[in-house]
Amino acid sequence: MTGEFALWVYLTRTPLLWLTVTLVAYVVAERFSEATGRHPLANPVLHAIWMTGLVLKLTGTPYPTYFQGAQFVHFLLGPATVALAVPLYERRAVVLRALVPMLAALVVGAVTALTSAVLLARAFGLSHGIVVALAPKSVTTGVAMGIVEALGGDPTLTAVLVMLTGVAGAVVVSPLLNLLRVKDLRARGFAAGLAAHGLGTARAFQVSDVAGTFAGIAMGLNAFLTAMLVPLVLGLVK
Amino acid sequence: MIVSLALILLAQLLGEVVAHGSGLPVPGPVLGAVLMFGFLLVRDRYHRSAERMLPKPLVQGELEGTAKGLLAHLSLMFVPAGVGIVGRLDVLAANGLALAVVLLVSVVLTLSATALTFVAVSRLVRPRRPDETA
Repeated sequence: MTGEFALWVYLTRTPLLWLTVTLVAYVVAERFSEATGRHPLANPVLHAIWMTGLVLKLTGTPYPTYFQGAQFVHFLLGPATVALAVPLYERRAVVLRALVPMLAALVVGAVTALTSAVLLARAFGLSHGIVVALAPKSVTTGVAMGIVEALGGDPTLTAVLVMLTGVAGAVVVSPLLNLLRVKDLRARGFAAGLAAHGLGTARAFQVSDVAGTFAGIAMGLNAFLTAMLVPLVLGLVK
Repeated sequence: MIVSLALILLAQLLGEVVAHGSGLPVPGPVLGAVLMFGFLLVRDRYHRSAERMLPKPLVQGELEGTAKGLLAHLSLMFVPAGVGIVGRLDVLAANGLALAVVLLVSVVLTLSATALTFVAVSRLVRPRRPDETA
């Protein structure tokens, strides 16, 4: 009995256990997603997150301990961002031809994301701290946290809101754009990347390479534009 | 695979150096992607010299394969950060419903506005012949 307990204590402290849990949860969620024909509600990130979270809860494992193992997966986000250059390069002709619609959609999308979040939050009477943390919610986590930190907000709260936005966007994008009868994969991908950053981009790559490429571009451009717009918009509504 | 991965990491590293060195509000990996794009442009522009001078994996499609392999599992990479929100649900509990409604409505509005603008503008631009858009 004590031997088993000692082994458990040993394992929970090594990266191996939590790296394995993360990968297994993802494999299960990914299989489920494939089996449902990539149904939006079967989003692999969403299901891998709650399964892993449940394991942590049941074993009483603090997040920092978990992250020691999971950081190896987390680290790959950087190289994956660099890798976005490859599909972008291969489709540069298609992308260049869509330059005008992309820039128009970027401006309209970034302004909508920002003003809708700020105005709705104020209409619901949420505190100013939450409004600040919410403003850059459609932007990739690192940039959003940077924006909020510079404005004296709470970056951790922002990280949570950014992730929730990403999950919501990745789940909602396909049914919503079907409803609106948007068939253009470039437009669908671009919207996913703009509204739901990396998670939207991951969803877009599930659907098609073209959608994924445009999502990646939207994610990058929106990070840039939103970083400039947030201080402006928050200054206006204050 | 290792050569390709090394090049990807090198691009990211240079991106981080430039981002931190210049104080630009752009993440290092994004600058790394710009560098990678530049590398691909130069490689294919000087195709013959590239084949002679660069390691084979970088010119014969392995780099592309590695990059696409990473992107195919982009979802996986968001799991660790996502698990972090499970521990922070207390923050949300306080403002739960209102915050959830705001997030969801804002996401729906953003997706719709972006996609519809893209489609509308591309329809406006389309009548022009490709050789006139240059």
